[in-house]
Order: sequence, then structure tokens, then C-alpha cells
Amino acid sequence: MSSNGTSAISVRGLGKQYRIGGQMPAFPTLRDAVARRLRGRRRESSRRELIWALREVSFDVQPGEALGIIGANGAGKTTLLKILSRITDPSTGEAIVRGRAGSLLEVGTGFHPELTGRENIYLNGAILGMRRHEINSKFEEIVSFAGVERFIDTPVKRYSSGMYVRLAFAVAAHLDADILLVDEVLSVGDFGFQRRSLGKMQEQTQSEGRTVLFVSHNLGAIKTLTTRCLWLEQGHVRGLGPTEEVFRDYVLSHAASGGGTTDLTDLSVGRARKALAHTLSFARMELLDGRGSIAETHLEGEILTIRFLIRAHSPLGGRQLQIRCRVSTVDGILLFSAVSDPQPIDIAPGLYETSVTLDPNPLAAGTYSIGLYMLTMGDETVDLGQDLLPSAATFRIEANPTTETYMGEQAGLVRVEGQWGTLAPANPLEILAAPPR
Amino acid sequence: MTSRELPVQVLRPRTGFARLGLRELWTYRELLGFMTWRIILVRYKQTLLGVAWAGLQPLLLMVVLSLFFGSFAKKAGVPGPIFFFAGLVPWTFFANSITQSSNSLVGNANLISKVYFPRLAAPISAVLATLVDFVIAFAILVGMMGWYGIAPRWAALPVIPALALLTFVTALGVGLWLSALNVAYRDVQYVVPFLVQLGLFASGVAFAPQTISEPWRTLLGINPMTGVIEGFRWALLGTHARIGPMLGVSIGVSVLLLVSGIVYFRQMERTFADVV
Repeated sequence: MSSNGTSAISVRGLGKQYRIGGQMPAFPTLRDAVARRLRGRRRESSRRELIWALREVSFDVQPGEALGIIGANGAGKTTLLKILSRITDPSTGEAIVRGRAGSLLEVGTGFHPELTGRENIYLNGAILGMRRHEINSKFEEIVSFAGVERFIDTPVKRYSSGMYVRLAFAVAAHLDADILLVDEVLSVGDFGFQRRSLGKMQEQTQSEGRTVLFVSHNLGAIKTLTTRCLWLEQGHVRGLGPTEEVFRDYVLSHAASGGGTTDLTDLSVGRARKALAHTLSFARMELLDGRGSIAETHLEGEILTIRFLIRAHSPLGGRQLQIRCRVSTVDGILLFSAVSDPQPIDIAPGLYETSVTLDPNPLAAGTYSIGLYMLTMGDETVDLGQDLLPSAATFRIEANPTTETYMGEQAGLVRVEGQWGTLAPANPLEILAAPPR
Repeated sequence: MTSRELPVQVLRPRTGFARLGLRELWTYRELLGFMTWRIILVRYKQTLLGVAWAGLQPLLLMVVLSLFFGSFAKKAGVPGPIFFFAGLVPWTFFANSITQSSNSLVGNANLISKVYFPRLAAPISAVLATLVDFVIAFAILVGMMGWYGIAPRWAALPVIPALALLTFVTALGVGLWLSALNVAYRDVQYVVPFLVQLGLFASGVAFAPQTISEPWRTLLGINPMTGVIEGFRWALLGTHARIGPMLGVSIGVSVLLLVSGIVYFRQMERTFADVV
């Protein structure tokens, strides 16, 4: 299975070391370099801190396979993609890439605001590695996928942010490469377009035999697109295997629930990193039962309230706020999203509170994960997200001994209590009208 | 799956001496074209005078030099404005090229940390884009020669493209050094404007080298642009008969700058994405 000769990507003992620490100024100047040389190099190097962004990473990807890469911020996901796409060199180990690789580390790389949509398509296409004739032949398709036909000769600085992102993604989605390295590009754009893009990518993995490496905080996207998954933690491989299994381990270990209260103030933890405004961020989440007390474990069929503390870091007005609370199984199956109606806000910096109540609570006994997403929007434009925690916390629902009516029947993923009628004799006239077979 | 031969890329830590990588650059020639095209498209966007600036820059400098250094031109036996302009056309090409190319990596930092392409394409496209300005300014020079009724040295005309190429090579050599240095040391951003100002006087734009006294004349000759500028005047205006030795030095220094520039650039390239 993992023989070196046939894999599309084979990675052996890959490592990448970065230099960090207070001793290195952000922009070293020539004076510093000269001074360092005069002082002697040895003392300097001992004061610098070296960190391994990636350490001893080995895996194989077969041609046509889609591999998901998950892990917290700073786990080394992007570094791995950067090495595989030749942007940066590894410090140790080696990687063999068979086939033409295209990397999408962000959408719209090289877009220039002064240039028109048409000019940017050609430019961006060339930067992503497309040939001129390839772009020519796909031009119409790209334009209609993005839905910007009328504005194709308008400078993109006049585009709405939604149009800009759609155009950028449309170019990327038409990139014809044997191996596609994708980093979280789906975390931007409106939801409908994200879905369409996901569909486009999936279509290409399955029908064209393309190999895809896909980094995302959107666990649902990973689940839809990939069959195998690599879990990185602090530069090491923590899990590698079928997506379902790796997911389960990841979600269970990842969300450390402290008895129903989850502190979310640390912005470097659990966040999807890309394209978030963070003017507003989640500060805390609490799970309350029907009596209003905080608990990690709840009973099946009882009211469940999720309360959020939100911190505003700077004043924000003239916008509408929407909060989306996504409840998934630990296998990553999205059960439902509780989406708030957009409400106008005009707020000063400080802490704010809101909550959502599930009544009735449809969750059957089991362990669930809550993902949080908060976004603000103008009247016509969708802003970038404010804060996104793909898996903010987990909680348990226990079977409720007092309302147990299933008598051994599996509840399934959700509890739906139908309104049953009583058993009564059938009406002969109705049976005549539509005879049972 | 596919029956065609797949390209295989082995990625491991690079050590030792870097290869020039010119072959790879050739496979990316379309991108090089697009990057050049982008710079040209964007350069004069939202300016009132647009591409006219390509000619205005040397023309304005010509006026200033004619006012203050007119007597130097007389010694060469050519009308002041045309004497200065013939020097300013290659000089402006060189000066703009090193200004643009020294900033080509830092200015494209986002590109460098997000996609792979041969990094050499950045400074090369910056110099190529400036070539367009050079052609415009050169056309103006030809017009001015017609106005003053000066006929070029016809036999020397084929030398003009060679001189333009020499300017290109010199500018690229310097640009490679400066752009790679600029990634690690932003001091370069302050050094370049100074170099450009100093160079205006240290490359014989304002005066003919043979009119100054000895230790300075040799010193001036080491600057490769001195030979190029004198070469232009020799071919177009018929000044200064013995151009050979000076051009020889120019060619030598330029080639040295280019080769060392590529080697240094390729060596530093490994850390561009991490440092920039």
C-alpha cells in the first residue's frame, strides 16, 4: 500500500525548524549582522530559540486519494503544505511528489486591485501555474462559475468582497493539477458559494483521479471531501487513518470541557486562523440545564441552554450580528445549526451575553461537539467572519430514566416524538377508494 | 489513471552550492511574461500623465543639468540638452531598474510566502518592465536628434542594442544583489535612493569622463554605467573616438555583477519564504 514507487506523495522523516525568540528583531539590519559577526557567532546562536514546526513526519498519499489534515493552530499544517509546494525547504527528511502540484494556500494570490477581473484571471492563473492556453480555454467557465460576467472588465477594487472572493476561488477551482494542496481556502466567502466550491472540488477528486491534500478547520468539509485524515499536533503526527476514526479521537481530545463551562478567551486556541476579524470574539460558553444550573452532562429530552459571553474588542456599529451554533456528533456529522436571526448592533468595547435554548432538545444519548461561528454583515455585504471555533466544546447527553419510552429501541441521532393516534377500526369506504395491495 | 510520464519532485534540505536554475526559469517564461505585464499595467494606473512619465523623468533632469552643467557639454562639442539626454536615457533605465528590482522580493512578499515560482522571476520581470520606459525615452531621444539635426554614427548603430543589453545586464546584476539583500536587511531601501543620486554624478551623465583629471577618471571608469553612457554618446552623437577600453571594463564588471548576483541570489533564495 505505501510502497515508495507508486505513491503520489511520500513523506519520510520530514522536519522544519524555525528560529524564534526575542533576540531576533523583526527586520534584522545590516548593523546588527556586522555587530553579530564582530561579537562572534557562537554566543549569538545559543541565545536564539529554535523550534520545530514539523518533526519526523512520515506518510504516503496514493494517487487519486484525498487526505485531510487537521490539528490546532501552530500544529504545522501550513508548514507541511508549504514544504510540499516548494515554497520553503525542509530542514530534515525528504518528500517525493509525483505529478504536477498546485498549491492553494490562499485564494486570490497575486490579485491586483487596480487590474480588471479579466486581467486578474490571467495573472492569478499564471501564478498558480496555469498555461496561457489553459486559461484561455477555461476563461468562460471561470467567469460564469464566479458569476461576474457583467463586471469582468471592471477593476477588482470596485468589486464587493463577495464577488472578489468568488472570482478568486473560481480561478483556483479550475486549476488543473495532478496534486492539489489546499489550505483552508473555504473559510472565506458566503456559505452558499462555499458549498458550491466544495462540490466542485469533490467532483474533481472523484472523477478526475486527482490527489488532494486538504487542510481545514471546517470538519464537515474534511469529512465530505476526504477518506483518510492526518492529525498533526505540535509538529508531530498524532493520528493517521480513516477520517472517521481520526476525527473521533481528535474531537474527543481537542475540546477540553471543564464541567459545562468552556473558557474561550485565548484567541490562539481552537480558532480557525484565516480571515477572521476578531473585533468580536467568544469569551466563554456555558451549558445550562432546564433548572439553569451549569453542567457538562445533560439528560435526554430536557431543555438545554447554551449561553455565550462575547467580548467586543473595539466599538462596532451599523452592522448586523449573527451567531451560528453547530452541533455535531464526534464523528463529525453535522446534526443541526441553530442560527440566530441577524440583529443590528451598535456596541462599545466590553463583555456581552446571549444564549440559545433548545426546547425541545432533540439530542439522543451520546457525546456531541459544539462549533461556534459569529459573523457580522452590512445590509448587502457579508463580512468576513468575526470568530470561528470549529469545535469549541463537547458535552454528553445521558439516557433519561424517567422518560425512557424506547424499550430497547435505538433512539438514533435525534429524538423525534411523533404524535400517535390510538388504534381504531379502519374505515371501509376509504379502503375501497384505494384498495391495499 | 494517467499514462503520461509524471514529473517527480524530490524535496529535501538543500546544502552546498546552488545551481543557476536557468532551465527552470525557462519553463516558467510565461509567468515571467505575466509578471512583467502586471508591473507595466499597474505602473501608471491612476496617474494623470500616464506613460508620459517615462519620457518626462529624463526630460526634467535634462533641463536641470543643462541649467547647471551646460559648460561641461560644450567641451564635448554637442548641444547641452542632447548631450545630457543621451546620457540620461540609459541612466534612467538603470536607476529605475535597480529601484524596482531591489524592492521586487519584499514588495511581493505575499506571493513568495504563498506560491512557488522561480524567485529569479521577480527581479528579472522588474527590469524587463523598465525596458518599456527605456524604449519610449529612446524614441524621444531620436526625435530630439532630428530636431537638432544631428546624424548618428551610422556604422555604430548595431552597437545600440548591444549597449541596451549591457545596461540590462548591469541593472539585473545590481538588482539581484540588492533584492536578495533587501529580504534580510531592509537597510537596502535607504541605500538605493542614495546610490541613484550619487550615480547620476559618478557615471558621467553630467560630464564627459575625459574632461576630468586622472585619479577620478579611472575611478569613474570602473563604474560599468560610465562605459555604457559614453558608448551611447559615441554611437549617437559621434563624441569621443576611443571608446574601446572603457567599454571593455564595463562589460567585464557587468558580467561579474550578473554572475555573482545570480549565485548570491540562488544561495539566499532558500530562506526567502521564511524571512521575508
